[in-house]
Amino acid sequence: MTYILKPQLHHPKLPTNSLGFTRRDYEGSVSTLCAGCGHDSISAAIIQACFELELPPHRVAKLSGIGCSSKTPDYFLGNSHGFNTVHGRMPSVLTGANLANRDLIYLGVSGDGDSASIGLGQFAHAIRRGVNMLYIVENNGVYGLTKGQFSATSDRGSKSKKGVINHDTGIDMVGLALQMGATFVARSFSGDKDQLVPLIKAGLAHKGAAFIDCISPCVQFNNHNGSTKSFDYVREHNEAVNRLDVIMPRDPIQVDYKSGESIRVQQHDGSILSLHKIAELYNPNNRAQALGYLQARQARGQIVTGLLFVDPSAGDLHDAVGTVDAPLNALNEAELVPGAAALDRINASLR
Amino acid sequence: MPDSAEPRAVQAATAMKASVNDFVVKFANVNGSGSASANGLFARSVMRMGVPVAARNIFPSNIQGLPTWYEVRITEAGYLGRRGGVDLMVAMNPQTWDRDLAEIESGGFLVYDSTKPLGHSRDDITAIGVPLTAMCNEAYELPRERQLFKNTIYVGALAALLGIELAVIDALLADDFKGRDRLIKANVEALRMGHAYVLKHLGPLPLQVRRADAVGDRIYVEGNQAAALGAVYGGATVCAWYPITPSTSLVEAFTAYCQDLRLEPETGKARYAIIQAEDEIASIGIVVGAGWNGCRAFTATSGPGVSLMTEFIGLSYFAEIPAVIFDVQRGGPSTGMPTRTQQADILACAYAGHGDTKHPLLLPADPGECFEMGAQAFDLADRLQTTVFVMLDLDIGMNEWLTKPFVWDDARRLDRGKVLTHDDLEAGREFGRYLEVDGDGIPYRTYPGVHPTKGGYFTRGTSRNPYARYSEEGAVYVDNMERLLRKFDTARALVPAPVARPARRRTRDGVIYFGSTTPAMHEALEMLEAQGRHLDALRIRGFPFADAVYDFIAQHDRVYVIEQNRDAQLRTLIMTEGGVDASKLVAVLHYDGTPITARFIAGEIAQRLALGQPSTGQSEAAE
Repeated sequence: MTYILKPQLHHPKLPTNSLGFTRRDYEGSVSTLCAGCGHDSISAAIIQACFELELPPHRVAKLSGIGCSSKTPDYFLGNSHGFNTVHGRMPSVLTGANLANRDLIYLGVSGDGDSASIGLGQFAHAIRRGVNMLYIVENNGVYGLTKGQFSATSDRGSKSKKGVINHDTGIDMVGLALQMGATFVARSFSGDKDQLVPLIKAGLAHKGAAFIDCISPCVQFNNHNGSTKSFDYVREHNEAVNRLDVIMPRDPIQVDYKSGESIRVQQHDGSILSLHKIAELYNPNNRAQALGYLQARQARGQIVTGLLFVDPSAGDLHDAVGTVDAPLNALNEAELVPGAAALDRINASLR
Repeated sequence: MPDSAEPRAVQAATAMKASVNDFVVKFANVNGSGSASANGLFARSVMRMGVPVAARNIFPSNIQGLPTWYEVRITEAGYLGRRGGVDLMVAMNPQTWDRDLAEIESGGFLVYDSTKPLGHSRDDITAIGVPLTAMCNEAYELPRERQLFKNTIYVGALAALLGIELAVIDALLADDFKGRDRLIKANVEALRMGHAYVLKHLGPLPLQVRRADAVGDRIYVEGNQAAALGAVYGGATVCAWYPITPSTSLVEAFTAYCQDLRLEPETGKARYAIIQAEDEIASIGIVVGAGWNGCRAFTATSGPGVSLMTEFIGLSYFAEIPAVIFDVQRGGPSTGMPTRTQQADILACAYAGHGDTKHPLLLPADPGECFEMGAQAFDLADRLQTTVFVMLDLDIGMNEWLTKPFVWDDARRLDRGKVLTHDDLEAGREFGRYLEVDGDGIPYRTYPGVHPTKGGYFTRGTSRNPYARYSEEGAVYVDNMERLLRKFDTARALVPAPVARPARRRTRDGVIYFGSTTPAMHEALEMLEAQGRHLDALRIRGFPFADAVYDFIAQHDRVYVIEQNRDAQLRTLIMTEGGVDASKLVAVLHYDGTPITARFIAGEIAQRLALGQPSTGQSEAAE
């Protein structure tokens, strides 16, 4: 396979955001995934979200592990630094990168094999440390690059393309993220751009560990009858608990739901999350209730989507370890090297 | 002791060793009994009398109840390696009584707790009983006090037996327990209890410590602590780690030094981040992420940790990301001997990774070099954009060594390597992340977020062209791998150069050694010289090996390679990397987990020289 560069031609009338960028400026190289892959829809949603948020593209660092989903950071934000790391180990690399420069925006892209199988431990630990990031799992319940093996999120009883029945319990990444203390937890569907784009925007704006489990059907190996991650199955069983609008501090507030129908949450960066309630009883500010709700609906075979939990005043790993405000990678010699005089004192204490 | 009703305080042998400032004292204790601080107090008191000591902890992988030993070599001549043999055994552990007694050299001494009679059958040693338990039971109420002060009492007894000045120990206690006057007083009293008993019942031994002026301005410090300080001076800001003996104290020391030296004065906020990760894989992942993003980052680990990190080390090599790993080596394989020392990760670290990978190794010989190389490793990692290993071992890492004072030149600047800034990119500098520009194999890199439209690239472990774009073209892959070889060749001149120690006479015999073997090696060379056996010596301090290493081998008929592992790993590395004839390099190997001794090295070499024929086989590790 060779690398495919996109032609640099721009439509002269493409709309620009306040930074003067068009949507094309947030794109990357041409996707090499299969036609119709759910992951490409998620890449498109990321591009849309970054354009609408008016993020300077180079201020986003995008990191991934190994697998189909982990290839996608090449297909968006072409002017950003990207890092396709080691299978299942993106969370630790992202953690280190975040420690080095707290001023960038960190986007981790992973898959269900990468995060729920080989990388389950790193996923859990990055979440529980509160690394300031948006972590998206493009969840298709299958190993695509190695051609169709079950992943750890495949539901028990679901059928592979070859007709094999999965006998292991599927891991619910959303439930795990809630248990591990993620401060922003959502689930969405690659086929529902209207739901997904605002969730990505809100997750990018969130301070702390934000997680989106995005069901993303694999058109080659997991889109058949008997699969619980196919387009048809997800559409039939999708139960959205709310609809989200993200209002940035600079935006006029246009959304106005009647009281009782909506919840309004202001995040750390001033962004306002306006949540239109669909499921009346659902409260996205209560971790314990969210877990209970999810499990009850899961038992009924429903896939709950939407913003499931948010703690708008969450801190992050830098707050926990008490680092300076400046990025660690910008500190100079005078700030880092204690010098000869300090060393003489240390020598004296060791005699 | 004979089973007489009235045990004699001293059972004297006919011949007694006599020495001033040149003997070995070994303490046999039960771990968790508080003996470590008392034994350390003893060693430092000798040093404060101006006499160098070399002290080594020999301890189990356990918190309480198992045997532990502390060996103190008192050496005015300054031999800091292990000599081998014991002149005075302080036998405080009934579990190991028999083997401890067996270790005492003929004419040597045994100090023991004579509260209960303990039998032994050696008439060639002098046994000195001090009723420690009885004294403690009389003086203290609490069981913990009885246990702890027993240690201080025997230090007092030893001071009287060996002529160590009480005032020196008092001063150390005052330093150690500064601000805790009650504790100082209690220890000073316990010390005098033991001292007075010996003066009343026994008197001094023919082994004596006398004031000298042989310590100079040297400092006394563990290698792990020194390496941690090196990391502070080397500008490290991110440390991620997972607890593993014998490397843990390195991170603990880094934490303590950072808390002291690295807080922003105005805010008290940290100019560093230390993360205890969930395992070694995450540790190195965090280091690689921070290195990619322009921080100086490191982890400290031991052999099993290096195994887990291997995939990431391969990524760091291929994606060209700076990282520093302090490997404090211990016995292996598997869990091996976690609290014993070896130099057994040489090959694993030199070639860690899958595919064709190799990494620079720095080989410090004492804590002074742990500091220097600890700082230098970060410059090298940034300059070479790769993982650099600093290879300590348990002997250097976890024992306090007498070493030259740390030195820092305030004019020294951190070498951040080839990094293109925003202004470089703005000025139109061509950027290809893996593009050969200067002919040294080292490409230029950018930090994430540097420029809105220039300098961004996608880092991956899969093959790519010089502009970081995915490519599986064979020729592109080969070009890149050849450039990485050129880069490794560039490292040859950057890692610490070997140090030669020529013989006094012309000789065709040479010896190569490295790391913690160094002091024992130097002493062995003197022992051999006294026998009329002369060898040129070369201490290796870095990998890739300098040309001087191969020149040295070429200049000699036979070169002994001294190592603390079973498989002659350094010898293998020298042969593999330089194409040396195997029969020319004679392995001398010591790998029982205890630090190598001068006597062992001298004996092994003398034996082979006497045979007059080269040996390619490996010797027994046992002494």
